[in-house]
Amino acid sequence: MSDVLAALLRRDLALALRGGGGFGLALVFFASVIAVAPFAVGPDLALLSRIGPALIWLAALLATLVGLDRLFSADAEDGTMDLFMTSSTPLEVLVLVKAAAHWVTTGLPLAVSAIFLSFLLNMDANAVGATVLTLLAGTPALTLLGAIGAALTVGLRRGGLLIPVLVLPLTVPVLIFGVAAAERVAQEGLGAPPLLMLAGLSLGSIALAPFAAAAALRASSQ
Amino acid sequence: MAPPSCPLFPSQRLIIEGLHSVRGGRSLFRDLRVTVPSGGALVLSGPNGAGKTSLLRIMAGLLMPTGGTVRLDGGGRQEVDLREQSHFIGIADALKSSLTAQEHLAFWRALLGAGSAYPLRDALVSVGLGHLSDTPAGYFSSGQRRRLALARLLVTARPVWLLDEPTNALDGSGRERLMAMIAQHRERGGIAVVATHEPLELPGAEFLPLAGAVTAVTA
Repeated sequence: MSDVLAALLRRDLALALRGGGGFGLALVFFASVIAVAPFAVGPDLALLSRIGPALIWLAALLATLVGLDRLFSADAEDGTMDLFMTSSTPLEVLVLVKAAAHWVTTGLPLAVSAIFLSFLLNMDANAVGATVLTLLAGTPALTLLGAIGAALTVGLRRGGLLIPVLVLPLTVPVLIFGVAAAERVAQEGLGAPPLLMLAGLSLGSIALAPFAAAAALRASSQ
Repeated sequence: MAPPSCPLFPSQRLIIEGLHSVRGGRSLFRDLRVTVPSGGALVLSGPNGAGKTSLLRIMAGLLMPTGGTVRLDGGGRQEVDLREQSHFIGIADALKSSLTAQEHLAFWRALLGAGSAYPLRDALVSVGLGHLSDTPAGYFSSGQRRRLALARLLVTARPVWLLDEPTNALDGSGRERLMAMIAQHRERGGIAVVATHEPLELPGAEFLPLAGAVTAVTA
């Protein structure tokens, strides 16, 4: 079975990186939001550094939702989803691998680029480290919750518009604990309770979201 | 003809019993009964909208029938999951324009299971795409796309082939290659079910006309 997972991961990464796959779209969106935020907020450096982690988290949440609509709909439209259904590997596992590939091409680059974008927000090194760490811990939850939305809207034309409406309410706890963890980790270190909650949300999503998404995909194929 | 590494399929029968399907509030067929023996072929015909594709999707396990069963029986094994024993080649060709022909075949083999050691390269040659193995599918013509989709039949050995309008966009030599592939598959004990509007040379095939109204056909 590990052959299947490696092959699917390789394929999805290749599709994302070879153009037309949407890699970079989320990253550009993320960078744009953070780049224009200082113009909107004004040149108050103290204010920027105080709201910096929250701005980065907000941008990461919205950037993750961009591009999620193609996660399953591309495969559903061209018939690859039928192959997934007729594989002996459970659909839940395939969903998890596709979400992992999506995270590697969105969540991970977002977290890494936040290191550089944080300079625009006058954040100190401690806050930057804490924010990047919380992004690494929390973006898997965003991707997997988004995968549920992507699976639910797979049969719909313009389903991409519906995904944020479906998914945003579910991601509010991730946002709350993400921002709280970014502040508390900077002060207290790795044992901060919000960080543990955030990691718990990600682990819970990894365990449960593939079942919900696979059920939605099966229902939409009927 | 078959490479020695290809296993012969055990003698299995495809049995359709009392199959009933309602799609969009319309009964496509009711109490359908057909048995296709090992090495047999079944040709589905009928006007547009008669339910040929729906029947193939039900056989592939992709669609739940309203009533009745489809099963594969015999060959020593009990109640095998038809989904994992059949190839469904539909109108959608499951091709990604940025992946090469070779990458498609490697991915399909990994996803669907090998079942045979038929080299990927030979599969491409068999469908006449040997010279295009490193070309992305985005540059393929519709006939070449169809040939690549049909190569999926060869990279993973499965006893039941479910082909929806397989000759669409194929030229004369493509049709001949497809007919040869089906004949070889049947020689090895495989089963082929083909939905088509064209007269195909499938010796000994049974015909199942779907009228688009309530039908009951016994084979």
